[in-house]
Amino acid sequence: MTTIASTERRNAGLATSTLTVARRALLRYLRTPQLIVLATIQMSLFFLIYRYMFGGAIHIAGMDYVDFLVPGFIATGVLFSGIGTATATAEDLEQGFTDRLRSLPIPRSSVLAARALADTAIFAWSTAFTAAIAFAVGFHLHGSALDGLAAFGLVIAFGFAFEWLFITLGLFAGNAQAAQGMGMIVFPFAFVSSAYVPVDSMPGWLQLFAENQPLTYMVDAVRALTLGPDADALLGHPASYFVVRALVWTLAIVAVALPVAVVKYRRG
Amino acid sequence: MTATIEAHGLKKRFGKTIALDGLDLVADSGQVVAVLGPNGAGKTTFVRAVATLLRPDEGSLRVAGHDVREDSGAVRRAIGLAGQFAAVEPAMTGRENLEMVARLFGHGRRSAKSSAAAVLEQLGLADAGDRLARTYSGGMRRRLDLGASLVGAPRLLLLDEPTTGLDPRSRIELWDAIRTLVEGGTDVLLTTQHLDEADQLASHVVIVDHGRAVAAGSPTELKRRIGGDVVELHVRDGADLARAAELLARVDQGAPRIDVPTRRVSVRVDAGSDGLMTALRSVEDARIEIEDIALRQPNLDEVFLALTAQPTESHEPIAADAA
Repeated sequence: MTTIASTERRNAGLATSTLTVARRALLRYLRTPQLIVLATIQMSLFFLIYRYMFGGAIHIAGMDYVDFLVPGFIATGVLFSGIGTATATAEDLEQGFTDRLRSLPIPRSSVLAARALADTAIFAWSTAFTAAIAFAVGFHLHGSALDGLAAFGLVIAFGFAFEWLFITLGLFAGNAQAAQGMGMIVFPFAFVSSAYVPVDSMPGWLQLFAENQPLTYMVDAVRALTLGPDADALLGHPASYFVVRALVWTLAIVAVALPVAVVKYRRG
Repeated sequence: MTATIEAHGLKKRFGKTIALDGLDLVADSGQVVAVLGPNGAGKTTFVRAVATLLRPDEGSLRVAGHDVREDSGAVRRAIGLAGQFAAVEPAMTGRENLEMVARLFGHGRRSAKSSAAAVLEQLGLADAGDRLARTYSGGMRRRLDLGASLVGAPRLLLLDEPTTGLDPRSRIELWDAIRTLVEGGTDVLLTTQHLDEADQLASHVVIVDHGRAVAAGSPTELKRRIGGDVVELHVRDGADLARAAELLARVDQGAPRIDVPTRRVSVRVDAGSDGLMTALRSVEDARIEIEDIALRQPNLDEVFLALTAQPTESHEPIAADAA
């Protein structure tokens, strides 16, 4: 334990520290049965409820409800799994884990990047699981498999962007309960969108919000990719129209949430 | 020998609460320094400032020769922090926890492995090293947390109330672990609310209250200033309290304190066991029935009474301590 050893050692870089901290977050999910079971089945369970309960009541002209629902459900899924990110971020603050990391000679942004990466990976897992269930209960791609993969990639990109919003939320909340409470703001964004029902079935003032909020663009981008040629009739624009807008929103969310989170984290 | 910590006129406020109010503290290399004070005295705020977790509003603070504001990176390379909570990952084994921190400290994979193994050995956790930390007892978890703070071989260890919430045996085990480290040459700054803990571990004690240092010195010096030990008498019948106090007033330094609800009278004595004997003889002669009589170290309240001529107020835990 000499002075020389500690001052001459090279610091861990951004990549090493991000991966090291992300590994811990992933292990926590994998080795805590409640967390991994929840991450695996919660989303697909809700999907089945929507599929079979609302599926009988909601009719979309020209297609099965399941083909309408799946893209919407999956594209908004991050809003619900993100509450877990906000809670975990706040928990780390509350329980002193963040203090330990902040006292270490690592780039401070690596701690948040690790959380965003690990939770995006978990989100990708629950999305893939739900998609598999969806195929099993009658969902199918109307376009090419490549478009289907692109749709999946898009959902994961939204997921990554939204994780930064939820990290910010968790940092401001300061404790797990508050983070969970603040997570409730996701509900209007998830439900007042084109995810579960067509926007034109809503009252006028709700339509105004639903049509212009980012989730609707994201949902419609994913929907356009999975519905293939049938999408044009339903959505009125080609897939590229929605994909570009959805990606602009994705970048905008990261561009705002990431710096806010990093500044908040630095200040403590 | 350079100073490990040099704080001058350190100030920090949180809204209306003044957590640090011009704190001065110098910790020389090769020392274990204890910051002793009640809840809300500013101990945690001070440790967090040293650990670069918060910026002081005013004053200067140098750690291992580096300014905390201008060169916080160099400060973080020199310190290891164990906060009030055991900040270990319950879903990882003890070994994995230590390897993770060692990696973050800049160790390569192999060097992280060997440091983690050495620290587990050093803290008596070698057998439990491959169990998940969630299966550890509170004391083991604290020791692992201590291990995480030192696996990077820091120059200065910061321990914020390291034994809070531990049972007496775990407390002693943790003390032993800290002593071993000190023998290995690590400088330690620890905070505590307990005089005996400061006495057990530290070579230099700084007493803080209301964000300021009110006294500093070696434990022996401070105890001399406080006036040695305390004889405490527990009478069987509350009606005897006044008479017992009268008798104790004649022992040694006098000025006994009476605590009616617990039927106890206490008095400070310089002479240690002689004082105890004198007190025992006089109550026996007066035929006062007692439950218990004991010679003990002054508690924090009595230390404050002696050093500042006022008892500790019941400080509300402030935001800084809770954070």
